Amino acid sequence: MSAAKNINISLQIWRQKDAKQKGKMETYKLNDVSTASSFLEMLDQLNEQLINEKKEPVAFDHDCREGICGMCSLYINGRAHGPDTGITTCQLHMRMFNDGDTIVIEPWRSAAFPVIKDLIVDRTSFDRIQQAGGFVSVNTSGNTIDANATPINKGDADKAFEAAACIGCGACVATCKNGSAMLFVGAKVSQYALLPQGRVEATDRVLNMVRQMDEEGFGNCTNTGACEIECPKGISLENIARMNREFLSASLK
Amino acid sequence: MKLDSKIPEGHISQKWTDYKDHLRLVAPNNRPKIDIIVVGTGLAGASAAASFAEMGYNVKAFCYQDSPRRAHSIAAQGGINAAKNYQNDGDSTFRLFYDTIKGGDYRAREANVHRLAEVSGNIIDQCVAQGVPFARDYGGMLDNRSFGGTQVQRTFYAAGQTGQQLLLGAYSSLSRQIGLGKIDMYNRHEMLELVKVDGKARGIIARNLITGEIERHSAHAVIIATGGYGNVYFLSTNAMGSNVTAGWKIHKQGAYFANPCYVQIHPTCIPVHGTNQSKLTLMSESLRNSGRIWVPKKIEDAQAIRAGKMKPTQIAEEDRDYYLERKYPAFGNLVPRDVASRAGKEVCDAGFGIEANATNEGVYLDFSTEIQSKGKQTAYAKGNHHPTAEEIDSLGKKWLEEKYGNLFTMYQKITDENPYETPMKIYPAVHYTMGGVWVDYNLQSSIPGCFVAGEANFSDHGANRLGASALMQGLADGYFVLPYTVSDYLADDIRTGKISTDLPEFVEAEKNVKETINKFLSNKGSKSVDHFHKLLGHIMWNKVGMGRNEKGLTEAIAEIAALKEEFFKEVYVPGSSDELNPELEKALRVADFIELGQLMAMDALQRKESCGGHFREEYQDAEGETLRDDENFKFVGAWEYKGYDITKEELHKEELNYEFIKIAARNYK
Repeated sequence: MSAAKNINISLQIWRQKDAKQKGKMETYKLNDVSTASSFLEMLDQLNEQLINEKKEPVAFDHDCREGICGMCSLYINGRAHGPDTGITTCQLHMRMFNDGDTIVIEPWRSAAFPVIKDLIVDRTSFDRIQQAGGFVSVNTSGNTIDANATPINKGDADKAFEAAACIGCGACVATCKNGSAMLFVGAKVSQYALLPQGRVEATDRVLNMVRQMDEEGFGNCTNTGACEIECPKGISLENIARMNREFLSASLK
Repeated sequence: MKLDSKIPEGHISQKWTDYKDHLRLVAPNNRPKIDIIVVGTGLAGASAAASFAEMGYNVKAFCYQDSPRRAHSIAAQGGINAAKNYQNDGDSTFRLFYDTIKGGDYRAREANVHRLAEVSGNIIDQCVAQGVPFARDYGGMLDNRSFGGTQVQRTFYAAGQTGQQLLLGAYSSLSRQIGLGKIDMYNRHEMLELVKVDGKARGIIARNLITGEIERHSAHAVIIATGGYGNVYFLSTNAMGSNVTAGWKIHKQGAYFANPCYVQIHPTCIPVHGTNQSKLTLMSESLRNSGRIWVPKKIEDAQAIRAGKMKPTQIAEEDRDYYLERKYPAFGNLVPRDVASRAGKEVCDAGFGIEANATNEGVYLDFSTEIQSKGKQTAYAKGNHHPTAEEIDSLGKKWLEEKYGNLFTMYQKITDENPYETPMKIYPAVHYTMGGVWVDYNLQSSIPGCFVAGEANFSDHGANRLGASALMQGLADGYFVLPYTVSDYLADDIRTGKISTDLPEFVEAEKNVKETINKFLSNKGSKSVDHFHKLLGHIMWNKVGMGRNEKGLTEAIAEIAALKEEFFKEVYVPGSSDELNPELEKALRVADFIELGQLMAMDALQRKESCGGHFREEYQDAEGETLRDDENFKFVGAWEYKGYDITKEELHKEELNYEFIKIAARNYK
């Protein structure tokens, strides 16, 4: 382990007052950043400095800071969630950077994720895709059959879980040259397609979710695989293949 | 007002069934005439909103995040309990009920906890039907594991991400109803005031966090499901945005706030690294199954480690103090959370902490014994009865990786240390709040029409919470309790008609909210909101933390009062009210944290006993264990708001009656 030390950095950050106004990059100097700090703690430190100078702090999305809520969303030095793999921005630490570095921070870049302010984008298109069919139509009455009445093959259950581990952060979209949401939608479709409970509505589900995805303005998949590489939860491209299979068979029905 | 818990008569096993049979109903044709507001969309809120919408009511749901899928329930790791007895190890509704009451140190309400145990099995059925991918065995059946404080395997799980899967299940039900047009979902909105008309909750004032617009929303009932208040301490395992604002606003409107001093301090978190730290990260309690907790026996060794002159691996076995195994031989490293947390604080207070920073707070969680024993076991299982030391080491580490790999990776990412080679450093941190808004058996607060669910209420966990019981309560309240009790309340409202937001009560409430916001934005202060939040956290952690005493609590009450004055005078909030303004959001929340923090200290001061998460140093036995006082303190402390000066709040007591469980001391030796 390397002992924590303090470094001085330079930041280039996208500033945009709101959705309607044009944004631009601004440069900030920040000194004495502990390498033990997380990336978001570094931004807290910058904001504290800006507030003390009576300037407006940088708005960014964040919440659990444990890598699971999916709220944080920065494009750092040209990569979704920054220069490390298998993590979200909140788990990126400043020890990944060196004294004197310039770090470029931008919001997620995709037409389907419009900027709200500075580094914050609107990802409600993901919610609308899920509302179009990402569920099992069972009422919450508590009158369902016993949970063990339908055995589920362990392999299928594990695969469904791996697909369900998606945190909906949108890194897949942000990193895709086509702005495609197929990794996200593929993960949702796969989770339910693999489970007996979800099979009943599988045909309508995939058709409705894909339709909504297209309506939201997401691009198509050209199998470059960047989404899988940048996904903090390692959601596999296999899910896109499964969605395509489901879609094809649903279309032929 | 007298506290009426409305606990039904009859045998504990029949109370809920009989009660449900007699609750009033709203007929299906009348439900579309009724509006319900749900604030918060975690496990309790999302499940409640989905259930009400399915029943046919009009629902408006609010969350401060960009999507309800990000509610902090998503971060729960370990699992959810249910008395299914799938493992045939003798589990039953009564046993789950008993363990939960005992785990809560006999400060929870018996009837509520029994109802929780009764519906627990239904929760699992419901979630599986929704497509929640719980862990399964090779026969296709659901798998279980055990958790602290129990002797059965009743915990259902989905790897270390059970909270995520359960929340996404509830979110999918919520999404279905949004898609069907039965729920209006308000993302990035925050409730800033409750509106009462004729004494009843009839709506809320909310702020659109993107545009800053102040909105009026009316309804026939309001459900608060906004989680816990652990962020009073600034550093906690809670999400950064988790706040008490909705709960505190209804408190100011007449809802009693119960047992605020009951806070769970979780023993296995990654220690604080420095002054810029914003957040603490939990390491699952399951690690205590394989790790041994220790600090150096000699103070010079602890000093040498802190100075970086010595490594933990250089300290000989006989120079290590495995203090939990020494003090609690029967349970060892698996004592309940409150006991483990206090023992860790004790050794650090005595100077044996190992963290090399200003706090010196940290103890080791060491896996080397497990690596040896599991490595040897694996070698033998493979037919190698004479393994070399290297073989044992490598097989043992592989075993650990299979079991805890994701947690070890997470630890390494955060601390830059390899826990396979050197012991993990851990220290207790604020995790879950057992106190909350006082509710009766119907989960109704002392304001008619205002209900409170999940972590935001107080009723089910007592003074301590066992693992895997929080998820259970959130879903039980939302799916299986509120749909009945809220309908009973609404049976009077089928002829009321739409509530107008032009009523003077709405106008007045909106005016008050706008004034508060303008006061902050026009304040001529010079210090940031975080500056004050950190100061509050410092007072709370040091004086209202793991150990409390009369002197510290008295000081804390006065210090927080002074902090409150300074905050309102000196805080600087940049930006304006008609835009996305995170500093303004924080300022409004911290104002509430400060007042609640003071009340927490007052509640801790009056409770002259030690129980669960509340350890009053004056009340301990000769061996330093908690000394409960059932004769004088077997009550829920419910506080009534009496104006700006929090010290004027009035304490009401709800006596706890244990009819079906015999109260005993909690002993883990």
